[in-house]
Amino acid sequence: MSLLQLQGLSKQFGDTKIIRDVNLEIQPGEKHAIIGPNGAGKSTLFHLISGRYHVSSGSILFKGSPIHNRSPFEITRLGLARSFQVTNIFPLLSVFENVRCALLWSMGYRYSFWHLLGKARALNTRTEELLEEIGLHARRNLPAGELAYAEQRALELGIAIASGAEMILLDEPVAGMSHTEATNAVALIRKVTAGKTLIMVEHDMNIVFDLADRISVLVYGEIIASDVPSKIRGNPRVQEAYLGEVVPGGSDA
Amino acid sequence: MFKFAIWIIFAIVIVLLPQFFSSLLSVSILNQMAIAIVFALSYNMLLGQGGMLSFGHAVYFGLGGFMAVHALLGIEDGNYSFSVTLIPLVGGLFGLLAALFIGSFSTHKAGTVFAMISLGVGELIAASSLILVSFFGGEAGVSGDRTYGPTFFGYDFAQDLQVYYLAAAWMFIATLAMYLFTQTPAGRMANAVRDNPERAEFIGYSARRVRLISFVMAGFFAGIAGGLFAVNYEILTEQNLNAVTSGNVLLMAYIGGLGFFIGPMVGAVVLTLVNSVLSHYTTLWMLYLGIMFVLTVMFLPSGLTGFLMMHRTPWHLGKIRLLIKPYIVTAIPGAVFALSLVAMVEMAHTSEAEFVFLGASFNSSGPMSWGVLVAIALASFIALRRSLPQLREAWAQANAIETGDQP
Ligand SMILES: Nc1ncnc2c1ncn2[C@@H]1O[C@H](COP(=O)(O)OP(=O)(O)OP(=O)(O)O)[C@@H](O)[C@H]1O
Ligand SMILES: [Mg+2]
Repeated sequence: MSLLQLQGLSKQFGDTKIIRDVNLEIQPGEKHAIIGPNGAGKSTLFHLISGRYHVSSGSILFKGSPIHNRSPFEITRLGLARSFQVTNIFPLLSVFENVRCALLWSMGYRYSFWHLLGKARALNTRTEELLEEIGLHARRNLPAGELAYAEQRALELGIAIASGAEMILLDEPVAGMSHTEATNAVALIRKVTAGKTLIMVEHDMNIVFDLADRISVLVYGEIIASDVPSKIRGNPRVQEAYLGEVVPGGSDA
Repeated sequence: MFKFAIWIIFAIVIVLLPQFFSSLLSVSILNQMAIAIVFALSYNMLLGQGGMLSFGHAVYFGLGGFMAVHALLGIEDGNYSFSVTLIPLVGGLFGLLAALFIGSFSTHKAGTVFAMISLGVGELIAASSLILVSFFGGEAGVSGDRTYGPTFFGYDFAQDLQVYYLAAAWMFIATLAMYLFTQTPAGRMANAVRDNPERAEFIGYSARRVRLISFVMAGFFAGIAGGLFAVNYEILTEQNLNAVTSGNVLLMAYIGGLGFFIGPMVGAVVLTLVNSVLSHYTTLWMLYLGIMFVLTVMFLPSGLTGFLMMHRTPWHLGKIRLLIKPYIVTAIPGAVFALSLVAMVEMAHTSEAEFVFLGASFNSSGPMSWGVLVAIALASFIALRRSLPQLREAWAQANAIETGDQP
């Protein structure tokens, strides 16, 4: 059974239709990339899935049960985590606290006011490990708002993956990073999403073709193609939509 | 370990304080301080830690206080019998209930919506306190007597000093509890929701629920402060839950420093002192308090505690001494300037012909007096301005990490 199903999904703001009748199925363990020109509605699609926006019509099923129009925290608790295109962290909290807060719910602390964080061994160890993984261990005591841009992106990613959710949505995780930083980030994404289901919006075609098992192309709110990378590359409608953009060709994939 | 030591020292200090300040007046000021500390800390659970700007926090203080007085009356009437030491808990529980009810709709959003609801609820409760006479006692308020009920290891709380120990013990427990709350998942998520409520929802937390928990806790501790007030003064009136009291606790927390746990404690101690000392000398003390607040907001946005904390770097660098002289050079004209302004304000205010200020006698309607004061103000202001560049330079030096220094 598919892990995530979008059925006839539409979203409009006023009279403007941003997402038009999108149907998509994501299998467990799949690495799925969503590409498309600026303003195509990729982020909006993520906002619908993650509960930030209500849908205008259609439905979203996660593990077979409907999640559309539920609140973000309910969806998160079901095991669907996400990162944001525009960095969305806790700026006054330390880097360490950012990561630790992101771990709290999944480690069962809920709204507890009877546990002392300082004594929560497993939680703190896990936080340290994650900081090590995202390469921010040396910056652990700095307020997150004072991190450099690429570091904030790493933290953004860290917060998204902390809960160990089954399904992870990453919205342009490496945008604005230098080449080296992006390479590191991709390696990290590959590592932490091993065995998990990933949907990623990304503009860098090399990364997309490198990471994804399947690619969907979103143009003006419609999915015009959804297939394995080699088929997407040859698809004339995709070539047309991407007129002027470089789609890496060749037979190396 | 270090933190543990701080709490021990804190306990020893509050036990020993009355040895050094034993006059009736000082004990009464100490009692006020203990109450104000609990109240201001509870307020900071909302503003500093939760990002909720409340203009009506006195509601929970007052409601807790009124309930506590009624509990005192119940003991007096023999309806039930328990020790007065537990009265603050009655206030706390009632504050908690009130906060649970009001918080259920007011914590939906932070920001302006929350602030406006808190203001509205504050006005509503203050107005109804004059209408619901059976509970609030109208203009006269409700008074009780704390000396009934079973004694507590020989204490009957007839004397203020005994009340001090009761208030100090509750203050210590409440402070410790509020500190520990900041170290729990709910307390830490309150900071996260303050910073970014949206992202908090994407890590599994309902921002509203997190706010509600802080709000209810704040109501509980405000109620405890109200209960302590009831024990200390044995009377509550509308004044204890109106906007003035709500504004006062905001001032304490803000002037002390919202960003630090001890900030509101510092604010509570300083403002209680300033209030009682100033109100002793001048009827215009509210004016000066307002000016102090404006100056803090403008020049010390992280409060008195933040100002002290700014000196951590120079301290660690061992360069505090570089600052001593420039501070003195700035403080002297600064103080003279402030005092000359105060003298003018007081002279304009006085209705008597002779105006005595700090031992100097002025003719309050004479142009000479005004001329002298204006001249002093001008001269000191110029001196103050001139001293600033030196201070700035010294500050830069004291904070500069040079090679060979231990950071
Ligand atoms: N809340 C909103 N109200 C009105 N219009 C919106 C809203 N959110 C998004 N839009 C519009 O929807 C369209 C799609 O936006 P979206 O951010 O989903 O695009 P995108 O594919 O993620 O683009 P990019 O690659 O630039 O990130 C844009 O034209 C945007 O202006
Ligand atoms: Mg986008």
